[in-house]
Amino acid sequence: MNIIVCVKRVPDSESRITIAGDSVDTQGVKFVLNPYDEFAVEEALKLKEAAGDGSVTVLTLGGDDAKETLRTALAMGADQAVLLKGEPSVDGLGTAEKLADAIRDRDHDLVLFGKQAIDDDNLQVPAMVAELLDVPCATVVVELKVDGGQVTAKREVEGGHEIYTFATPAVIAAQKGLNDPRYASLKGIMQAKKKPLEEIDVGDAESKLEIITMTPPPERSAGEIVGEGSDAVPELVRKLREQAKAI
Amino acid sequence: MSVLVFAEQRGGELRKAALEAVTAGRQLADAMGGDLAAIVIGPPGIAAAADALSRHGADAVLVAADDAFASYAPEAFTGVLKSVIDGRSPKVVLFTASALGKDLAPRVAAQVKAGLASDATQIFMEEGRLVALRPAYGGKVIQKVGFMGEPAIASLRPRSYAATEAPRDAQVEELTPDLDPAAQRTRVEVEAGVQKERPDVAEAEAIVAGGRGLGGPEAWQMLEELADALGPNTGLGASRAVVDAGWRPHSEQVGQTGKVVSPPLYFAIGISGAIQHLAGMRTAGCIVAVNKDPEAPIFKVADYGIVGDVAEVVPRLTEEIRKLRSGG
Repeated sequence: MNIIVCVKRVPDSESRITIAGDSVDTQGVKFVLNPYDEFAVEEALKLKEAAGDGSVTVLTLGGDDAKETLRTALAMGADQAVLLKGEPSVDGLGTAEKLADAIRDRDHDLVLFGKQAIDDDNLQVPAMVAELLDVPCATVVVELKVDGGQVTAKREVEGGHEIYTFATPAVIAAQKGLNDPRYASLKGIMQAKKKPLEEIDVGDAESKLEIITMTPPPERSAGEIVGEGSDAVPELVRKLREQAKAI
Repeated sequence: MSVLVFAEQRGGELRKAALEAVTAGRQLADAMGGDLAAIVIGPPGIAAAADALSRHGADAVLVAADDAFASYAPEAFTGVLKSVIDGRSPKVVLFTASALGKDLAPRVAAQVKAGLASDATQIFMEEGRLVALRPAYGGKVIQKVGFMGEPAIASLRPRSYAATEAPRDAQVEELTPDLDPAAQRTRVEVEAGVQKERPDVAEAEAIVAGGRGLGGPEAWQMLEELADALGPNTGLGASRAVVDAGWRPHSEQVGQTGKVVSPPLYFAIGISGAIQHLAGMRTAGCIVAVNKDPEAPIFKVADYGIVGDVAEVVPRLTEEIRKLRSGG
């Protein structure tokens, strides 16, 4: 089974984000493989292992620093990597077009994504790539089975699940809970350095949205400590009722 | 047509967020000096939803009713919307940022080559230009984005607008979608599970969220009781640590790699307040924190805090709220 996994380099979720002009100040920020993409890489490796043949290719659109992210996925066990050199778009469509163009030319049964990148939180690119490739797609997937070209994907919805079935080739976007991503072993990290990493200049993706401003969310000032222990509860309930009018 | 709103239904009933989106659409149509149409796609009989849509400000209601639309059918829904957008050229199309809307909006945007602002909390005209506010980085920043080209598409985060009546005498138009069977490649089955009695955290009026400070999954019994005392629209939330430990399902996780929420009332019980958690709940109306550590970062964003043992404070809180409720 041949699988393409699309990944993104993002600031770690523990980072404090500061704003410089209309973008994020990346100084001192630790960048990681997007956490949801780890589930996608893991799932691809498991599917390939179960199939006993095929390859896992990791693909990203970004700058030179995205190579580090690709190496992380290679260290987990992916076979090869492709860096599409160019800037992602503000909205998802431009990025999806660049990725779809690259995927179209490559042999694949499945294209996996994380359900969203935790930087722009667009949650758009996987479904858009599927539409552009004209293949079926399931997003926010928590369980996946692939058997003889038939895909069964369980996706999370409010208060329950939907089960999608369709044929490959297809696009799947992974939600947390799909699996437990493996850690890269030392051997994996060493091997990753020798695995093929292809670079292609594709130019910047076209944006249909423009960021006008970026601002921090409204500050919340600390309120009051009502008291200590359960004796403080009646006073808290009174304040919630009378002051905050919240209950 | 100036503004088109996709009015989401589930099981033949309009969702609350659908009326919120219609309200946002009405305000936008007024600001643009244009008209508002709502489209509802659902099972036979769904035309009955037109009343509520009209009452909330739709000038026209488009109805696509078919057995095939009883549950979400991604390709079919995308096809219906694409043909309506291609045929009637709305300037703006609004979706709800629900599980369905987050899947459908990007498909439609890709089909009609439109810019999509996901999870917007506001959309409005500013100096003659359509702009939207949306949180990014898990709520750590707010982006103001401008649209380039038409149509502009946005999905609206539930609870960002209060559904408001603005009665119109809407014309109802039944659509007869011409669905290509070959394009319907996905078979969707809605999992017959237990009926969940609590709302999803993204839609709840109040959230009782627990963290590692609760000690173990058995402590959720206590949170369930507090949630019950608060009322039927109370959801249960969890910190990432608790979800990673397997105590609670990921669907309850609040924070950057979970859900970003803004209910009127949020209880953080035994949650210390990691950056990624605070980003996900800091826009809640009123935040109450209970934690044994007076230095916990959660107290820096909480409106009210109690320092103490959750096992003592929470049952007392439940009892006092029950008392208040029964006393009127």
